[in-house]
Amino acid sequence: MKYFGLIWKNVWRKKIRTSLTILSVLVAFLLFALLSALGYAFKGGEDVADAERLVVINKVSLINPLPMAYMNRIAATEGVQAVTHASWFGGYYQDPRNQFGQFPTDPYEYFSLYPELKMPQEQFNAWAKNRQGAVIGREIADQYGINVGDRIPIQATIWTKADGSRTWEFDIEGIFETDDPRGSTAYMLFQYDYFEEARAFAKGTVGWYVLRVKPGADPVQIANAVDMQFANSPNETETSTEAAFAQSFAKQFGNIALIVTLIMGAVFFTLLLVSGNTMSQSVRERISELAVLKTLGFSDRSVLGVVLTESIVIMLIGGLLGLGIGWLIVQVIAGAMGAILPGIYLTSRAILTAICIMIGAGIVAGIFPALKAMRLSIIDALARA
Amino acid sequence: MSEVLATLTGVSKIYQKGKEKVEVLHNLDLQIPSGDFIAIMGPSGSGKTTLLNLLGGLDKPSSGTVRVGDAELSSMSNSQLSHWRSTNIGFIFQFYNLLPVLTAQKNVELPLLLTNFNGKERAKRASIALDIVGLGDRAKHYPRELSGGQEQRVAIARAIVSDPALLLCDEPTGDLDRETADEILKLLQILNREHGKTIVMVTHDAQAAEFANRRLHCDKGTLEAREVA
Repeated sequence: MKYFGLIWKNVWRKKIRTSLTILSVLVAFLLFALLSALGYAFKGGEDVADAERLVVINKVSLINPLPMAYMNRIAATEGVQAVTHASWFGGYYQDPRNQFGQFPTDPYEYFSLYPELKMPQEQFNAWAKNRQGAVIGREIADQYGINVGDRIPIQATIWTKADGSRTWEFDIEGIFETDDPRGSTAYMLFQYDYFEEARAFAKGTVGWYVLRVKPGADPVQIANAVDMQFANSPNETETSTEAAFAQSFAKQFGNIALIVTLIMGAVFFTLLLVSGNTMSQSVRERISELAVLKTLGFSDRSVLGVVLTESIVIMLIGGLLGLGIGWLIVQVIAGAMGAILPGIYLTSRAILTAICIMIGAGIVAGIFPALKAMRLSIIDALARA
Repeated sequence: MSEVLATLTGVSKIYQKGKEKVEVLHNLDLQIPSGDFIAIMGPSGSGKTTLLNLLGGLDKPSSGTVRVGDAELSSMSNSQLSHWRSTNIGFIFQFYNLLPVLTAQKNVELPLLLTNFNGKERAKRASIALDIVGLGDRAKHYPRELSGGQEQRVAIARAIVSDPALLLCDEPTGDLDRETADEILKLLQILNREHGKTIVMVTHDAQAAEFANRRLHCDKGTLEAREVA
């Protein structure tokens, strides 16, 4: 710590050069923050997934529906405690840009499968009694200013009504929240009965089933048992854990993790070249000063440490600034686009990873100049000066 | 004179320049009594600076021994020498070699970073050193804001701040005008006479050498070191 004053002064010896290097580090970590948060939004479901919940989808793809008749057979499978179902509605509110998830389901079954969702009992009862009733998540309510008691139109993009209309109207009976701070509430739930009765086609089907396994039961065994029941039928199933389901859902948008990794790889490679060059120049132009430090009694290791710490400090200044700005932008995006990108969030794990990268990149960028400084011959350096 | 502070016995130094071996010092014997002020003169390449480097533990002899105080420098490792230099030797260079990013005060504090003194104690000792060289009022100035003579005074303060017994000066007035050079030399004289510092000064300048108690002459870079006065 007593060398920090010296290190700090050296970092700022060429203010413009250091500022530009810090700016490039800042941009790299700003990108890191944004891409990490975006990646998390796409795979966020994986992290909030419940290990005791399994999802049953059509083996062909998530888009293909499953017969409603499967419900009782799944419920009867040994080891299954409860089952619910849901379907993708895919409508928008007032404007095509206002898209958020809407899912027809059974109120009682759904809330028993998702105990993390919380809502006042009287609101739940009102919803359960009203076939045209719906409940919305807190994020949707806040974003669009929808209140309990409102009647809202949702324009369908897939599900035309039997009368040819595409406008579905719902009475908002409640607003739910979630216990899990990382869980999203950016969606709407409404009664399957209303959906089933009013839609023009695909009657008697659902999008997917969600089941809860009994405590102590083996989820893998149950998943196999469910799939075995429907093997060789026109609608074979694929049962997986909620995490695997979330992952396959995210993969519909492409391999986000790979894209993020490739972009960040390119950014950090460039960053290492830029900051490595800065450190090399910095050491080259003060060879005589480093020789003086050694003459005064600074050991080889101290000189190595001073130069290496300078490199790490530059990375930390730029990196933390970039991360901070990234965090602020993510907060703004989460507020403005929470419905489109639910779960966009800069995790503490991502922040910790970023800090490790900063320190690692600082060491990599600084190690060769630092070794050069360490191995410096005092006599040669002073003679050259 | 009192006890011997430094002894060079049979010291030779050979440098390899390409395929050629150049012998800079040959079988040199020298004793430096504690409290002495020696000027070493001689033409360029005569081995004056090499002698200074050996005394300061910056270089090791090819043969022979260098002893300063209780330390046998020839047998010490690089890290032992670094530590030894920080407490036993003060260096003063021709071009001052101050760190431009640090104020005069912080430059003087540099050697104290290697001690266990806390920040307050370091600042106090640096202030005393600056007062001794007459620059107490320039503590907050950066080297670029000082004249050459003032820079050299700061360098002297840096050299004495850890209270070393031996000061090694390599052409300390080589970059200064006559009047300023004489001021610096008088300061060195004061450090020698009033503060008991042993000083070995390499110089080309005969007038500068007059300030020393003894003047030695290195000739042709090899072998000879003879007393001239």
